[in-house]
Amino acid sequence: MENEAGALSRVAGLFSSRGYNIESLTVAATEDPTLSRMTLVTAGSDDVVEQITKQLNKLIEVVKVVDLSDGDHIERELMLIKMRAVGKDREEIKRMADIFRGRIIDVTDKSYTIELTGTGSKLDAFLEAMERSAILETVRTGASGIGRGERILKI
Amino acid sequence: MSTELTGAEITVRCLQKEGVDHIFGYPGGAVLYIYDELFKQDKVKHVLVRHEQAAVHAADGYARSSNRVGVALVTSGPGVTNAVTGIATAYMDSIPLVIISGQVPTHAIGLDAFQEVDTVGITRPCVKHNFLVKDITELATTIKKAFYIASTGRPGPVLVDIPKDVSQQKTAFVYPERVSMRSYNPVTKGHSGQIKKAVQLILGAKRPMIYTGGGVILSDAAARLTDVVRMLGFPCTNTLMGLGGYPATDKQFVGMLGMHGTYEANMAMQHCDVLVAIGARFDDRVIGNPKHFYNEDRKIIHIDIDPSSISKRVKVDVPIVGSIPDVLDELIKLLKAGKEQPDQAALDAWWTQIDLWRARDCLKYDRASPIIKPQMVIEKLYEVTGGNAFITSDVGQHQMWAAQFYKFDLPRRWINSGGLGTMGFGLPAAMGVQFANPEGTVACVTGEASIQMCIQELSTCKQYNLPLKIVNLNNRYMGMVRQWQEFFHGNRYAESYMDALPNFVKLAESYGHVGMKIEQPGDIEDALKEAFKLKDRLVFMDFITDQTENVFPMVPGGKGLSEMILV
Ligand SMILES: Cc1cc2nc3c(=O)[nH]c(=O)nc-3n(C[C@H](O)[C@H](O)[C@H](O)COP(=O)(O)OP(=O)(O)OC[C@H]3O[C@@H](n4cnc5c(N)ncnc54)[C@H](O)[C@@H]3O)c2cc1C
Ligand SMILES: Cc1ncc(C[n+]2csc(CCOP(=O)(O)OP(=O)(O)O)c2C)c(N)n1
Ligand SMILES: [Mg+2]
Repeated sequence: MENEAGALSRVAGLFSSRGYNIESLTVAATEDPTLSRMTLVTAGSDDVVEQITKQLNKLIEVVKVVDLSDGDHIERELMLIKMRAVGKDREEIKRMADIFRGRIIDVTDKSYTIELTGTGSKLDAFLEAMERSAILETVRTGASGIGRGERILKI
Repeated sequence: MSTELTGAEITVRCLQKEGVDHIFGYPGGAVLYIYDELFKQDKVKHVLVRHEQAAVHAADGYARSSNRVGVALVTSGPGVTNAVTGIATAYMDSIPLVIISGQVPTHAIGLDAFQEVDTVGITRPCVKHNFLVKDITELATTIKKAFYIASTGRPGPVLVDIPKDVSQQKTAFVYPERVSMRSYNPVTKGHSGQIKKAVQLILGAKRPMIYTGGGVILSDAAARLTDVVRMLGFPCTNTLMGLGGYPATDKQFVGMLGMHGTYEANMAMQHCDVLVAIGARFDDRVIGNPKHFYNEDRKIIHIDIDPSSISKRVKVDVPIVGSIPDVLDELIKLLKAGKEQPDQAALDAWWTQIDLWRARDCLKYDRASPIIKPQMVIEKLYEVTGGNAFITSDVGQHQMWAAQFYKFDLPRRWINSGGLGTMGFGLPAAMGVQFANPEGTVACVTGEASIQMCIQELSTCKQYNLPLKIVNLNNRYMGMVRQWQEFFHGNRYAESYMDALPNFVKLAESYGHVGMKIEQPGDIEDALKEAFKLKDRLVFMDFITDQTENVFPMVPGGKGLSEMILV
């Protein structure tokens, strides 16, 4: 969409006024600074998704809409997670972070902050694997998506 | 170097360049520079209303009756909030408007400044698009875009919010000849493969039905539509917004359909085997319960410029995204080129069935009643005006009777709020119609409740000598509300009774107009004739009508189209 003030609120407003749900939404400017790219995750029947696509296309600032789930695509989300890490837990948390290909990016003598990227379900799985009470804080970006191979969204 | 103009001068110059002859507005602090520039020229005439809601309705009536973009000008804060009802009304009916609003100076935005509201935020859900102009160098292009967006594709209102300091700053003025926007490219041509499929279905139909709506009016396609319908010999129905799209006096016209549509139109809609929907959006007041509508098997062709109107409430078989004139032209070409003809025997049988439904005479009422029947007032209004008037209406029973009993043969003559159903629309809309059609006969059909929602505009009418004819169907009830309470709420008339009504005759007179009170059925015609003879006066006709009359047929909410309550 056009990288203009207000474009994001039009999209968000559309979803709330028409009763569509937003599971996640990420947006930032692209290599062309006049454009920004948004990945929006939503759920609904085929009819609802069709209406969402049509309604998004109607927004003047939206340049192009594709349903990534129509074809092969890659989806990634970033999560930062702060864990209570003391005693023998420190080793265990480090080991789990390695298994999930996470990185410890901040350390104190009581905590680790881990950076983890992947699909939403991988991040969920990591959280499942951690002990609830040890999780101090999490922050997730929501998914960003891109088509596989030659599948390109460009204008 | 070209001379520099202020933002206010640029705004007015842009309006001149767009060929705007009238704008409707109300001044205030944030738009004073713009008013100052309006004062210094005479190409764009400003019409001073008495409430900003009326400014937008007037611009709307102007647009609906002329296919030009209507323009309104309001100040920041309360000026904008007053305008919102008008903007939403235009949005729901896809009317091309440009609304210019003043805003507090850019440096004050966000500081809860005097008369500051988040205009772009408040109006976002009820405009086609809106802009806040923070940089004077973008002002002219933005106004150009506003006119372009408002009038192309599916039309709609576009708002341009101009902070006071921007109207004061200076820059060189260049008005772009055209604008192109990568993110906005409305289609016109329909997909030819789809149109071919449509032709096949049409030629194979045994019980065809053509259902058309506001899109035909908005795209000035009435003449083409009439050609197609006559060529095919199919029955045609119009939505409330589509009246005048096909001549109502023609024998192929089966009346309006929907909640208060005719028996024959609704039955034919329900029982057809091929339905051609043209610029109509399968509104809930039109097809009733969609599940019930699916009970019968039919193929649906849907022509609409807005893909989101297609398969929204009812799944269609052949969607055609395109502009009606273009699509109909191609359809006519294909029909003429092919050798096939519609199945005449099947069509004859279908018409026999439709005529049986017609014989039910669903719009009958007691013509011998000693109390004035509202339907009779509209019938006489039709006769006295020769069917040639512009008729605006408010919202309620009177609106439905006007739609059922005034036979519109021409488009853009029936001006009403269908989508939002805004009481208070009728009188200010009529003002706009009169400005767009100075020679036209303009009547406003209203009710004693609706008219009081913008009654202050009688003052505007005096100032500009607008010779409107107001037909007040005075039933001393919010009749439409009372009807629902009678049918669905056990006759408990909660707050639908209008106590303490004004003396409308004296009220009209106090504004400097002519007032008439009509109480006998025998006086209806003479009163109307007398009123329409007063060519240069506004006449307020207060018809004291039967309080108990209801609108029939009626498809109750949640029921199917063929489950009508009949008289
Ligand atoms: C009290 C009350 C009772 C009502 N009862 C009824 C009733 O009994 N029957 C009834 O019909 N309505 C009734 N209505 C009105 C109803 O609410 C809707 O406003 C109306 O039915 C919608 O009309 P439409 O389908 O023609 O759509 P519109 O709102 O007129 O929409 C026009 C359609 O045309 C499309 N279009 C625009 N331009 C073009 C173009 N160039 N090319 C192709 N397509 C185009 C648009 O995209 C849109 O889909 C009632 C309203 C009120 C207030
Ligand atoms: C602004 C607004 N408020 C409320 C309504 C709900 N409403 C629809 S019809 C109606 C009554 C209209 O009464 P009147 O103008 O006397 O017309 P009648 O139905 O009696 O002909 C009301 C209150 C509305 N449509 N618009
Ligand atoms: Mg009434």
